[in-house]
Amino acid sequence: MADQNEIIKLKDIDVTFHNEGKTIEAVKDISLTVDRGDIFGIIGYSGAGKSTLVRVINLLQRPTAGEVVVNGQNMLALSSKELRQARKNIGMIFQHFNLMNSLTVYGNIDFPLRDSKLSKSERKEKVDHLLDLVGLTDRAQNYPSQLSGGQKQRVGIARALANDPEVLISDEATSALDPKTTKEILDLLGRLNEKLGITVVIITHEMDAIKQICNRVAVMEDGRLIEEGSLLTIFGKPQQKLTKDFVDTSTQVKSALEEIKTSGIVNDLSGRLIQLKFTGDVTNEPIVVGLYKRFNVSASILFSNIERLSGTTIGIMVLALSGDDSKVQEAVDYLNGLDISVKEIELNESEEA
Amino acid sequence: MSNFINTFLPNVVANWYGDNGFVTAIWQTLYMTFVSALFAGVFGIILGICLVVTAEDGITPNKVAYQIIDKLVNLFRSIPFIILLAVIGPFTKLIVGQTIGPEGALVPLVIGTAPFFARQVQLALVEVDPGVVEAAESIGLSPMKIIFRVYLKEGLPELIRSGTLTIISLIGLTAMAGAVGGGGLGNMAISVGYQRFENDVTIVSMLLILVLVFVIQGIGDFAVRKLEH
Repeated sequence: MADQNEIIKLKDIDVTFHNEGKTIEAVKDISLTVDRGDIFGIIGYSGAGKSTLVRVINLLQRPTAGEVVVNGQNMLALSSKELRQARKNIGMIFQHFNLMNSLTVYGNIDFPLRDSKLSKSERKEKVDHLLDLVGLTDRAQNYPSQLSGGQKQRVGIARALANDPEVLISDEATSALDPKTTKEILDLLGRLNEKLGITVVIITHEMDAIKQICNRVAVMEDGRLIEEGSLLTIFGKPQQKLTKDFVDTSTQVKSALEEIKTSGIVNDLSGRLIQLKFTGDVTNEPIVVGLYKRFNVSASILFSNIERLSGTTIGIMVLALSGDDSKVQEAVDYLNGLDISVKEIELNESEEA
Repeated sequence: MSNFINTFLPNVVANWYGDNGFVTAIWQTLYMTFVSALFAGVFGIILGICLVVTAEDGITPNKVAYQIIDKLVNLFRSIPFIILLAVIGPFTKLIVGQTIGPEGALVPLVIGTAPFFARQVQLALVEVDPGVVEAAESIGLSPMKIIFRVYLKEGLPELIRSGTLTIISLIGLTAMAGAVGGGGLGNMAISVGYQRFENDVTIVSMLLILVLVFVIQGIGDFAVRKLEH
């Protein structure tokens, strides 16, 4: 009996391409489950196999091995006619929008409805409603070439929603957009998830996109799924190096450390440099003041960043601790005891160490 | 005006009406051009679509079908038209009952043009954004619907462009077919104008063909402009 809460289940998926005698394993042994109502993010650099993996969900890409279950249906067992029907339940939006240039905005959104059983007036009502939902009512009679990137993606979203799908796959849908438009499109996806209860699977190479709307995250590298978990776990306690890289880039701690190293501020500081990372309530305690009061250790804040993710606070701070050596050690031990992740930063060593 | 025509184009006037006159020849050229364009158009579009969808990255890949069509198209495109006219004589007779006259020219014209047009159609349709085709697949459209609603719709301006080009080259072929008994303006220019040294007939035949080419090019350009957004 399948879990009613599961909407997408991939099991032991392999995708292998054969090209001119060379074998490319794009996806290696990936299993993952997406629950109803999730906004599931898959992150990885280009070439990691993300696009191939999401195409397995609606079988635009047939897996070499494995099992694909969407909405309780074993996709690989369907006839081509049944598969086309099943695909109507899985909307998809694309990096390059993929709109019909020969059709107006209205025509593009109406495109998936041509074979529906709706009457003409019902169809029009539906398209008007979708136009309203993505905020393009006044653009209905324009052609895609007359729209901005963000507007084109809105048309793409409206088209993907036309068949009332339960799942929406976003294939790098914001990668060709500027940061402001990216945020708007992600907001829209988030609203749709809330309003329509639609399950969203997004793939991206930007942690910021994941951070903004996802509740669960999977990290892909080299065709494999290397880490998976809730947004908070991935952000708060990343395990793999790649995941840490993504998180550090996103929180800007990486560039801050570079800055600290190159600017020479450290030469004027004595003592130890540590990086703190805390989740949840800890942020409400005055850490810096506490260190001084308890251990007589003074802490200079070199960098700090606080974010709210899914309603929880995650903070990162880089401190220079100075004072009596033994006292500083006591302070570090104390911090370790507070459920704060503490990392010593050695400035002379390379980033990789 | 009529004085001018009588003085400078005496043979054109003498050959205007009648069974072998200009009026008949114009009609024959139009008949050969448009009837063979119609058939070559249908065959060319079907073959061109087959080439696109059966290709390795097409929506219904089929290596065998692709190879067969591809090789046939190449084969027929390689035969010089004037030789094709002679070689397929018996086949022509089988289909239209005769090898001369405008009807006799139709079969070789269609066979000579369809493969050329098929390539043009293929080139026009592979230009259709594969992303749009993928989007249509993700929406759940069948291959047949993707052909009609995506390929032919998105590729229409390019198809009209290649169609115009094909019809113009077809007019060239009708002139050649005329020379070996097909009639039309080509026949007029060669067997009357050239062989009887009636140069005014040759020149007027050429001018009439040029007018036809310009009109077709104009219509094609206009249609493309209307369709492109």
